[in-house]
Amino acid sequence: MPAVAVTSDPLDLQGLIEEISRTSTADGAIASFVGLVREENQGRQVSYLEYEAYEPLAVRALQLIIDEARETWTDTRIGVHHRTGRLELGEASIIIVAASPHRAHAFAACRYTIERVKQIVPIWKHEHFEGGDVWLEGATADPGDEAARETARRIACA
Amino acid sequence: MRVTIRLFARLRDLAGSGELVRDVTNPATVETVWRSLVDEMPDLRAYERTMSVAVNADYAKMSAKVHEGDEVAFLPPVSGG
Repeated sequence: MPAVAVTSDPLDLQGLIEEISRTSTADGAIASFVGLVREENQGRQVSYLEYEAYEPLAVRALQLIIDEARETWTDTRIGVHHRTGRLELGEASIIIVAASPHRAHAFAACRYTIERVKQIVPIWKHEHFEGGDVWLEGATADPGDEAARETARRIACA
Repeated sequence: MRVTIRLFARLRDLAGSGELVRDVTNPATVETVWRSLVDEMPDLRAYERTMSVAVNADYAKMSAKVHEGDEVAFLPPVSGG
Protein backbone atom coordinates (compact mmCIF):
# COMPACT_ATOMS: atom_id res chain seq x y z
CA MET A 1 0.00 0.00 0.00
CA PRO A 2 1.18 3.59 -0.54
CA ALA A 3 2.62 5.52 2.41
CA VAL A 4 0.35 8.45 1.51
CA ALA A 5 -3.29 8.09 0.50
CA VAL A 6 -6.58 9.98 0.36
CA THR A 7 -9.29 7.37 0.03
CA SER A 8 -12.99 6.68 0.49
CA ASP A 9 -12.15 3.16 1.71
CA PRO A 10 -12.01 2.34 5.46
CA LEU A 11 -8.52 2.93 6.86
CA ASP A 12 -6.21 0.04 7.74
CA LEU A 13 -3.85 0.92 10.59
CA GLN A 14 -2.20 -2.50 10.81
CA GLY A 15 -1.58 -2.47 7.07
CA LEU A 16 0.04 0.97 7.22
CA ILE A 17 2.22 -0.07 10.18
CA GLU A 18 3.44 -3.06 8.20
CA GLU A 19 4.05 -0.90 5.13
CA ILE A 20 6.14 1.63 7.07
CA SER A 21 8.09 -0.91 9.15
CA ARG A 22 8.77 -3.63 6.55
CA THR A 23 11.69 -1.82 4.88
CA SER A 24 13.86 -1.56 7.97
CA THR A 25 14.90 -3.45 11.07
CA ALA A 26 16.58 -0.37 12.56
CA ASP A 27 13.40 0.85 14.24
CA GLY A 28 12.99 0.76 17.98
CA ALA A 29 9.59 2.42 18.02
CA ILE A 30 6.45 3.03 16.02
CA ALA A 31 4.03 5.75 17.12
CA SER A 32 0.58 5.91 15.58
CA PHE A 33 -2.31 8.36 15.67
CA VAL A 34 -5.92 7.63 14.78
CA GLY A 35 -8.42 10.47 14.41
CA LEU A 36 -12.04 9.48 15.07
CA VAL A 37 -15.46 10.95 14.34
CA ARG A 38 -16.69 12.27 17.70
CA GLU A 39 -20.33 12.43 18.78
CA GLU A 40 -20.15 16.00 20.11
CA ASN A 41 -18.73 19.17 18.57
CA GLN A 42 -19.12 22.72 19.92
CA GLY A 43 -22.22 21.70 21.84
CA ARG A 44 -23.83 19.99 18.85
CA GLN A 45 -24.86 16.33 18.73
CA VAL A 46 -23.10 15.07 15.62
CA SER A 47 -24.99 12.59 13.40
CA TYR A 48 -22.21 11.91 10.87
CA LEU A 49 -19.44 13.70 8.95
CA GLU A 50 -18.74 14.00 5.25
CA TYR A 51 -15.13 14.69 4.30
CA GLU A 52 -14.37 16.38 1.00
CA ALA A 53 -10.83 16.64 -0.43
CA TYR A 54 -9.08 18.28 -3.33
CA GLU A 55 -7.41 14.95 -3.77
CA PRO A 56 -4.33 15.63 -5.94
CA LEU A 57 -3.30 18.60 -3.83
CA ALA A 58 -4.15 16.80 -0.57
CA VAL A 59 -1.81 13.95 -1.52
CA ARG A 60 0.88 16.46 -2.45
CA ALA A 61 0.39 18.32 0.85
CA LEU A 62 0.65 15.13 2.92
CA GLN A 63 3.91 14.27 1.16
CA LEU A 64 5.18 17.81 1.82
CA ILE A 65 4.38 17.41 5.54
CA ILE A 66 6.27 14.11 5.69
CA ASP A 67 9.27 15.75 4.00
CA GLU A 68 9.12 18.60 6.55
CA ALA A 69 8.96 16.20 9.49
CA ARG A 70 11.95 14.28 8.16
CA GLU A 71 13.98 17.50 8.01
CA THR A 72 13.64 17.71 11.80
CA TRP A 73 13.49 13.99 12.73
CA THR A 74 15.75 12.64 10.00
CA ASP A 75 15.67 9.00 11.14
CA THR A 76 11.87 8.67 10.92
CA ARG A 77 9.67 7.17 8.21
CA ILE A 78 6.06 8.30 8.11
CA GLY A 79 2.81 7.16 6.53
CA VAL A 80 -0.52 9.03 6.44
CA HIS A 81 -3.91 7.94 5.11
CA HIS A 82 -6.92 10.29 5.17
CA ARG A 83 -10.48 9.14 4.57
CA THR A 84 -13.09 10.96 2.45
CA GLY A 85 -16.84 10.60 2.02
CA ARG A 86 -19.43 9.82 4.68
CA LEU A 87 -18.10 8.66 8.08
CA GLU A 88 -20.23 7.47 10.97
CA LEU A 89 -19.52 8.15 14.65
CA GLY A 90 -16.46 6.24 15.86
CA GLU A 91 -14.97 5.70 12.40
CA ALA A 92 -11.34 6.64 11.71
CA SER A 93 -10.87 9.74 9.56
CA ILE A 94 -7.05 9.73 9.58
CA ILE A 95 -4.25 7.36 10.50
CA ILE A 96 -0.61 8.36 10.93
CA VAL A 97 2.32 6.02 11.53
CA ALA A 98 5.85 7.18 12.38
CA ALA A 99 8.73 4.73 12.80
CA SER A 100 12.15 5.59 14.21
CA PRO A 101 15.07 4.03 16.07
CA HIS A 102 13.95 6.16 19.05
CA ARG A 103 10.51 6.67 20.58
CA ALA A 104 10.92 10.41 21.12
CA HIS A 105 11.34 10.97 17.38
CA ALA A 106 8.44 8.67 16.52
CA PHE A 107 6.07 10.47 18.91
CA ALA A 108 7.21 13.94 17.82
CA ALA A 109 6.98 13.22 14.08
CA CYS A 110 3.51 11.74 14.55
CA ARG A 111 2.29 14.79 16.48
CA TYR A 112 3.88 17.24 14.05
CA THR A 113 2.15 15.49 11.15
CA ILE A 114 -1.38 15.76 12.58
CA GLU A 115 -0.85 19.41 13.54
CA ARG A 116 0.31 20.24 10.00
CA VAL A 117 -2.57 18.27 8.45
CA LYS A 118 -4.96 20.56 10.28
CA GLN A 119 -3.08 23.63 9.04
CA ILE A 120 -2.56 23.06 5.33
CA VAL A 121 -4.15 19.94 3.77
CA PRO A 122 -7.13 20.78 1.47
CA ILE A 123 -9.71 18.57 3.18
CA TRP A 124 -12.98 19.78 4.71
CA LYS A 125 -15.45 18.39 7.25
CA HIS A 126 -19.16 18.77 6.53
CA GLU A 127 -20.78 18.19 9.90
CA HIS A 128 -24.32 16.87 9.97
CA PHE A 129 -25.92 17.31 13.37
CA GLU A 130 -29.36 17.14 14.93
CA GLY A 131 -31.19 20.05 13.31
CA GLY A 132 -28.79 21.05 10.55
CA ASP A 133 -25.41 20.92 8.90
CA VAL A 134 -22.33 23.12 8.74
CA TRP A 135 -19.02 23.23 6.88
CA LEU A 136 -16.22 23.44 9.43
CA GLU A 137 -13.55 25.96 8.57
CA GLY A 138 -10.22 26.01 10.39
CA ALA A 139 -6.94 27.34 9.04
CA THR A 140 -6.15 29.27 5.88
CA ALA A 141 -3.90 26.79 4.06
CA ASP A 142 -0.49 28.37 3.49
CA PRO A 143 2.42 25.92 3.36
CA GLY A 144 4.87 28.84 3.28
CA ASP A 145 3.67 30.23 6.64
CA GLU A 146 6.77 29.67 8.80
CA ALA A 147 4.99 30.76 11.99
CA ALA A 148 2.39 28.01 11.55
CA ARG A 149 5.11 25.46 10.91
CA GLU A 150 6.98 26.58 14.01
CA THR A 151 3.78 26.23 16.07
CA ALA A 152 3.41 22.64 14.89
CA ARG A 153 7.05 21.91 15.70
CA ARG A 154 6.68 23.44 19.18
CA ILE A 155 3.56 21.37 19.93
CA ALA A 156 5.34 18.25 18.70
CA CYS A 157 8.27 18.82 21.04
CA ALA A 158 6.22 19.85 24.08
CA MET B 1 -8.89 31.80 -23.08
CA ARG B 2 -10.67 29.01 -21.28
CA VAL B 3 -9.92 27.85 -17.71
CA THR B 4 -11.49 25.35 -15.34
CA ILE B 5 -12.43 26.66 -11.90
CA ARG B 6 -12.63 24.23 -8.97
CA LEU B 7 -14.53 25.11 -5.79
CA PHE B 8 -14.74 23.15 -2.57
CA ALA B 9 -16.79 22.82 0.61
CA ARG B 10 -18.97 25.88 1.30
CA LEU B 11 -17.60 27.74 -1.74
CA ARG B 12 -18.92 24.87 -3.86
CA ASP B 13 -22.30 25.01 -2.13
CA LEU B 14 -22.54 28.79 -2.65
CA ALA B 15 -21.68 28.46 -6.35
CA GLY B 16 -23.95 25.46 -6.84
CA SER B 17 -21.15 23.57 -8.62
CA GLY B 18 -17.65 22.33 -7.87
CA GLU B 19 -16.40 22.75 -11.40
CA LEU B 20 -16.98 25.66 -13.76
CA VAL B 21 -15.49 26.41 -17.17
CA ARG B 22 -15.06 30.11 -17.91
CA ASP B 23 -13.45 32.36 -20.49
CA VAL B 24 -11.07 34.99 -19.12
CA THR B 25 -8.94 37.66 -20.78
CA ASN B 26 -5.38 36.74 -21.77
CA PRO B 27 -3.01 37.36 -20.03
CA ALA B 28 -4.62 36.51 -16.71
CA THR B 29 -3.66 35.79 -13.12
CA VAL B 30 -5.51 33.87 -10.41
CA GLU B 31 -6.76 37.25 -9.26
CA THR B 32 -8.27 37.93 -12.71
CA VAL B 33 -10.14 34.62 -12.53
CA TRP B 34 -11.35 35.36 -8.98
CA ARG B 35 -12.57 38.89 -9.92
CA SER B 36 -14.64 37.58 -12.80
CA LEU B 37 -16.04 34.85 -10.57
CA VAL B 38 -17.16 37.21 -7.79
CA ASP B 39 -18.66 39.56 -10.41
CA GLU B 40 -20.82 36.60 -11.39
CA MET B 41 -21.38 35.30 -7.81
CA PRO B 42 -20.99 38.11 -5.25
CA ASP B 43 -21.67 35.74 -2.32
CA LEU B 44 -18.24 34.20 -2.80
CA ARG B 45 -16.49 37.47 -1.94
CA ALA B 46 -16.77 36.70 1.80
CA TYR B 47 -13.93 34.18 1.33
CA GLU B 48 -11.49 36.59 -0.27
CA ARG B 49 -9.44 37.16 2.89
CA THR B 50 -9.39 33.61 4.22
CA MET B 51 -9.18 31.33 1.18
CA SER B 52 -6.13 29.74 -0.41
CA VAL B 53 -5.63 29.15 -4.11
CA ALA B 54 -4.05 26.50 -6.30
CA VAL B 55 -3.17 26.24 -9.99
CA ASN B 56 -3.08 22.78 -11.55
CA ALA B 57 -3.27 21.16 -8.08
CA ASP B 58 -0.30 23.05 -6.66
CA TYR B 59 -0.44 25.85 -4.08
CA ALA B 60 -0.25 29.26 -5.73
CA LYS B 61 -0.52 33.00 -5.04
CA MET B 62 -3.25 35.33 -6.30
CA SER B 63 -0.58 36.91 -8.52
CA ALA B 64 0.28 33.61 -10.29
CA LYS B 65 -0.12 33.61 -14.08
CA VAL B 66 -2.88 31.47 -15.54
CA HIS B 67 -2.69 29.83 -18.95
CA GLU B 68 -5.17 28.32 -21.40
CA GLY B 69 -6.56 25.06 -20.01
CA ASP B 70 -5.31 25.59 -16.46
CA GLU B 71 -7.28 24.40 -13.44
CA VAL B 72 -7.66 27.16 -10.86
CA ALA B 73 -8.91 26.10 -7.41
CA PHE B 74 -10.26 28.27 -4.60
CA LEU B 75 -9.97 26.66 -1.16
CA PRO B 76 -11.89 27.78 1.95
CA PRO B 77 -10.07 27.39 5.31
CA VAL B 78 -9.31 23.71 5.75
CA SER B 79 -10.66 21.36 8.44
CA GLY B 80 -9.16 17.94 7.81
CA GLY B 81 -7.88 15.48 10.36
